[in-house]
This record gives sequence, C-alpha cells and structure tokens, in this order.
Amino acid sequence: MLSIKDLHAEINGKEILKGINLEIKSGEVHAIMGPNGSGKSTLASVLAGKEEYEITKGEIIYMEKNLLDLSVEERAKEGIFLSFQYPVEIPGVSMINFMKTAVNEHRKYQGLPPISSAEFLKYMREMKDLVELKSDLANRSVNQGFSGGEKKRNEIFQMAMLKPKLAILDETDSGLDIDALRIVANGVNKLKTNENSIIVITHYQRLLDYIVPDFVHILFDGKIVKSGTKELALELEQKGYNWIKE
Amino acid sequence: MDIETSYKKYIRLFEEISSKLKNEDSEFVFNTRMAAFKKFKDAGLPDHNHENYKYAGIAEILSEDYEFSLESRQALVDLNQFFECEVKDLDTHVILLSNGEYYQNNKPIEGINENVIICSLKEAKFKHKEIFEKYYNKTVSESNDSYAALNAMFANDGLFIYIPDNTKVNKTIQLVNLTHGFGNKNVFKRNLVVVGKNAELSLIICDHTLNNSKNFTIDITESYIEENGYLQYHTLQNEPNKSSVINNLFIQLERYARINSFVLSLHGGIIRNNLYAKLSGENSEANLYGVNLTDRKQRIDNFTIIDHISPNSTSNELYKGILDEEAKGSFAGRIIVRPGAQKTNAYQTNKNICLTPEAKMRTKPQLEIYADDVKCSHGATVGQLDEDALFYLRQRGIDYKEARLLLMFAFVNDILLKMEIEPLRNRVASLINARLRGEFSDCSHCLLNCHTRE
Ligand SMILES: Nc1ncnc2c1ncn2[C@@H]1O[C@H](COP(=O)(O)OP(=O)(O)O)[C@@H](O)[C@H]1O
Ligand SMILES: [Mg+2]
Repeated sequence: MLSIKDLHAEINGKEILKGINLEIKSGEVHAIMGPNGSGKSTLASVLAGKEEYEITKGEIIYMEKNLLDLSVEERAKEGIFLSFQYPVEIPGVSMINFMKTAVNEHRKYQGLPPISSAEFLKYMREMKDLVELKSDLANRSVNQGFSGGEKKRNEIFQMAMLKPKLAILDETDSGLDIDALRIVANGVNKLKTNENSIIVITHYQRLLDYIVPDFVHILFDGKIVKSGTKELALELEQKGYNWIKE
Repeated sequence: MDIETSYKKYIRLFEEISSKLKNEDSEFVFNTRMAAFKKFKDAGLPDHNHENYKYAGIAEILSEDYEFSLESRQALVDLNQFFECEVKDLDTHVILLSNGEYYQNNKPIEGINENVIICSLKEAKFKHKEIFEKYYNKTVSESNDSYAALNAMFANDGLFIYIPDNTKVNKTIQLVNLTHGFGNKNVFKRNLVVVGKNAELSLIICDHTLNNSKNFTIDITESYIEENGYLQYHTLQNEPNKSSVINNLFIQLERYARINSFVLSLHGGIIRNNLYAKLSGENSEANLYGVNLTDRKQRIDNFTIIDHISPNSTSNELYKGILDEEAKGSFAGRIIVRPGAQKTNAYQTNKNICLTPEAKMRTKPQLEIYADDVKCSHGATVGQLDEDALFYLRQRGIDYKEARLLLMFAFVNDILLKMEIEPLRNRVASLINARLRGEFSDCSHCLLNCHTRE
C-alpha cells in the first residue's frame, strides 16, 4: 500500500527527515515511536502533502501512484487521513457543514452523487456514537472551544466519517485520560479491516495496548533506527529513549 | 477635473438652479439648502489632504465630469418589472427610487398600519410638514462634512418613512435605488426615517445600477429612533466597478432606543461609507456591523463616529473586510464619550483579511473619552487566511478553492448571524457566497453584466 524509499525532507533549509525507508501492506498497523523533535509529525505532514516541506530526495509510492505528484486534497480523496497532533480550531465553519462538504468531495471523487441531508445526518449520528462524541460538538464550529480530549475524539470521528485506506494517527493518545483513550482506541479498532492500514505515532507504549501494532519503528533524528514487533515498544518503554541514542 | 474646479462647479451649479429650487421647495427646505450652501462654500471640498478623507479616493472620483439635472428622467419601461425580488421567503414591501427620485409608479403598499407614512420626500415636505420639519437635516446640520452639505444642497427626493408610536411594522421595507439612463451622473439621494416611541421597523436599502456609466452618488439616510424604538437597518451595496459612492448614515437614538445596522458593501468601484451614531438618550444601544468585500482595484473606506452623550449607553461596532487582488481599504472608527456619559460601554473591532500582498488595508481606532466610569475596548487586525486551517480542510478532501471559500465565508458569517430576519440573512449569505466565488452576484434582473471583467 505504502512504500517510502530514502525520503529526505527539509523545512526552511533545515533537513528534518534524513533517509526514511518504510513498507506498509494493506491491513497492517505500524507504530512509529521516538523522542520529541525526531521528525514524527514531519513524516505525517509530508505524507499528507503539507507544502512547506521540500522533498529533496527519495520517493513515496502509495497504491501504485507517485504520492508526491498529488495535491493535499487528492491524497485525502485517495484515502489518506491524518489525525492531527494539534487539531486546528476553525471558527465560523460548522462541523456539520465541514463534514458534509468533505464527504461529498470524497463521493464526487468516487463518482457517487451527493449524499442527501437525511442520509447524511443519520450517518453522522452513527459515527458519532462509534467514538462516543458528545452530541452538541457536531453543532459547533470545527474544534472551537473543544477540550484537548474532545479534539482528539473529533479527529477519530472524522476518520470514521471518511473511512480512509491509510490513517496516520499523530499522538492521538496525548491529552486523553485512560477512559477516553479506551473509547478512542475502540473506535479505531472498529474501523480497522483487512483492507486498510494505520500508522500510529506515539510517545508511549500505553496506546499500543489497545491498538496493537504488527510492527514498531523507532524514529530518531530523522531516521528509522530500529524496527521490530510490538515487543520493541515494551523494551523501549523499559529502557527509555537514551537506549536508542547509544 | 481637479478639486478646485469641482468646487467651483458645484457652486455655480447651485447658483444656477437655486431659483428653480426655491419655487418648488417649502421655505424650510430652501433655508436648509442655503445653510448647507454657506457651509459648503466656507469649508470647501475635502480630498486626501483632509484628515477625514485621506483614503477615500476623492481625486479619482472627481477626475470625471458628472452631469446633474433637476429634471426627472422618465424611465422608458415599467421599473417594477426590473425589480422583483426572487426570494420567496423574503416578503418585503418594495419601494423603488429611479435615479434618486421616488418612482411615480410604485405599487401601493398594502397591509400596513394605516398611520404609517411612506411617501416621497417631495410629498412629505408639504403634506407632513410638521413631522418633516421636526427631523429633516437635524443631524446632518450638526456635521461639518462637506459632502453631506452637498447632498443637503442638491438632494430633491427620496424616501420618507414615519412609524408612529407603539407601531410595529412586521414586514421588512425594501428600498431599491435604480440608477439608469445614459451619461455619467451625479446622483443625490436622501432618505428620512423616523421610528416613534416603542415602534419597530426593519429596512433594507439596495443599490442597483442598470447602466454602464460612471456615476457618482452621494446618499444620506437620516434615522431618528425615539424612546424604546427599534430599527433594523441594512444597506446592500452591489454596484459596478465604475461607480463611486459616498454613503452617509446618520443615526440618533433617544432613551432605550436601539439600532442594529448592517452596512454590506459587496461590490463597487469606490465606496466611502460615513456613519454617525449619536447616542443621545440614556440606555440607548447601537450595534453597528459592516462587511466589505473588494477585489481588482476597488476601494472601500469606512469612516464611523460614535458619539456617547448620555449615561448607560452601549455601542458594539464590528466591521470585517476581505480584500483581494489590488483592492485598498480603510477603516477609521472614532468613539467619543462625552463628560457625563458615565457607564458607557463602547466596543469596537475591525478585522480584515488581505488575500494578496498587493491588497492593502489601513485601520485606525480613535477613542476620545471624557468620562471616567466607562468600559471601552477596541481591536484591529489585518491578516491572511489561516494556512493551518486551510491545510486541515484540504486534508479532509476539500479542494483548495472550496476550502478558501469556507474560511472566507466563516470570517464574515458571525456578522450575518446577527441578522434577525432569517430569510434576509439567507439571501445576503447567498449573495456573499456568489460574490466570493467570483460569480456575478445575481441581484436579479440587472440586464447589463456590469460586474464581468473587461
Ligand atoms: N517550520 C519549521 N522550521 C524549522 N524547523 C522545524 C519546523 N517545524 C518543525 N521543525 C523542527 O523539525 C524537527 C522535527 O519536528 P517534529 O516532526 O514536529 O517532531 P516530533 O513530531 O517527532 O516531535 C524539530 O527539531 C523541529 O524543531
Ligand atoms: Mg509531533
């Protein structure tokens, strides 16, 4: 599904990603761990197509397409979803209008007619229940005045609405208490099929008890320095990041 | 023409027609004109050298030669057919002005309280002499604005509305100014709106140009709101690129009187909006909103003066602008709190988005506070669309253009949400959406596609 080869990326002339290699197949869950500033969010942004980053070397093949040729919105409609580490507040744009526009853009891309209002509201209700999102949040402006936890939940709600093929969850666990973490993880697991893949970016092993990864990679200073199975996460948790630096 | 030539031209013109005006006017109106004439002669025509008109594009406006005539220009077709509001839910009483004159074939207004007076100013100055003379030009004469004086010299017609005490007009009154005919015209329009004690009125004024000439319009709407009266006032400017407008709104509020004013500048060549709100009575309240959308080489200049005279009055001012391409905008908001106007609340916000580096916006608050127990605040921003929000929307599959539109609409939508009349709000929302999409705003039945790019 996704093949990243020798990816180098920089911002403002500063190289952040220094040769990333990663292969992800359909149905797999990959965890990316690493200390602050190692480039995890940068990798997520580059996959999503944020234009501020300059790709200086390497390639990304996604579903047999050259991902770097696609715009942000094309990537989204091809099934790439980024759950943001810091979801943006957008005053004046209602969640309903936002999601309806997004769903219809996806449908248009797939050659489907726009969804009817009644159908949309029903669908939205179902997905809201899936992540146990409070009812009134959907009537508010996008993320405006949401607590940290509500924002993260709202990301997973959007994931549920858009049914991505490749979801990148960037520190979705931060800011969540243990109950909220369980709910969000359950939501993610319910959305998981053999057809889609997930990249879980996290600092802590905690989330991986709920969303169990097939592979764990450790990112350090813009490179993947170690890969393994879920046991690697436990080892990292015990030994701490200094272990990597040696 | 330069400013000096224009000044002399207006003086000569007035001297030429003053005897004719004298014959047609009531004594009161003619005296008003003469007083305005004196003021104009003494003060001269302000241009960019004048503090208050720095960014109004006066030199550009006056570089054209405009013709002015007292003769009615008969419309060759029934103007009622030009204008039929397409919005089914928006049920309004429509009144047409033709080049500033009350249209003689206006449809009769039905189903309205019989004591409400709606007629032409020409008629009101004789027929409703007492009310007319109590209010007409009162606020304007207190101003030292030369363009307002010009209007007082030349304006000869417009709309007169009087809502008697304790009367609520539950249908919106919609005044449509149609400018038509050939040649570059100087049009002076004048409206007088009086809302009595405990009375309520909703009024929308739309400007509509049916020709492709360069016109220069100077409008005045005076509104007097008596004790506990309430006016919802909306002005919708949707004019061609070649047009120039100096629009003046004068507001006077008595005790517990309220106004919600919306100045919606959707399109135009050069627009200057002057707003003077005088909070004369205790506990009066003025909510003053403005939206302006400009692109190409358009200019918008909002100049407001809010004058708190009595205690416990409140003003909320919120103006928002989006400037694209090479548009230039300016906002100057003056708030005066007079000695004795204790417990005044005055809040002012001006927010702008410049979509290109060439688009320029200046914003300047000016607070003059002479009372000590007051709450005043002001804030101004000039920024760009939020790039992070744009990325967020696009990441969900919404394309760049659509995402920008969503953000631009969201930016002005909080002002639209203050509009109480829902069908009107929806109508304005769709006009704004069309405008942001760069579509010809389908203010219907405009035969000329005057907004298309040349
Ligand atoms: N706009 C920017 N300009 C310069 N450096 C940046 C910018 N954004 C992020 N960085 C740097 O890139 C590095 C990686 O950041 P990030 O990808 O956010 O790390 P992580 O998500 O792993 O904590 C950090 O050293 C950070 O300071
Ligand atoms: Mg990060």
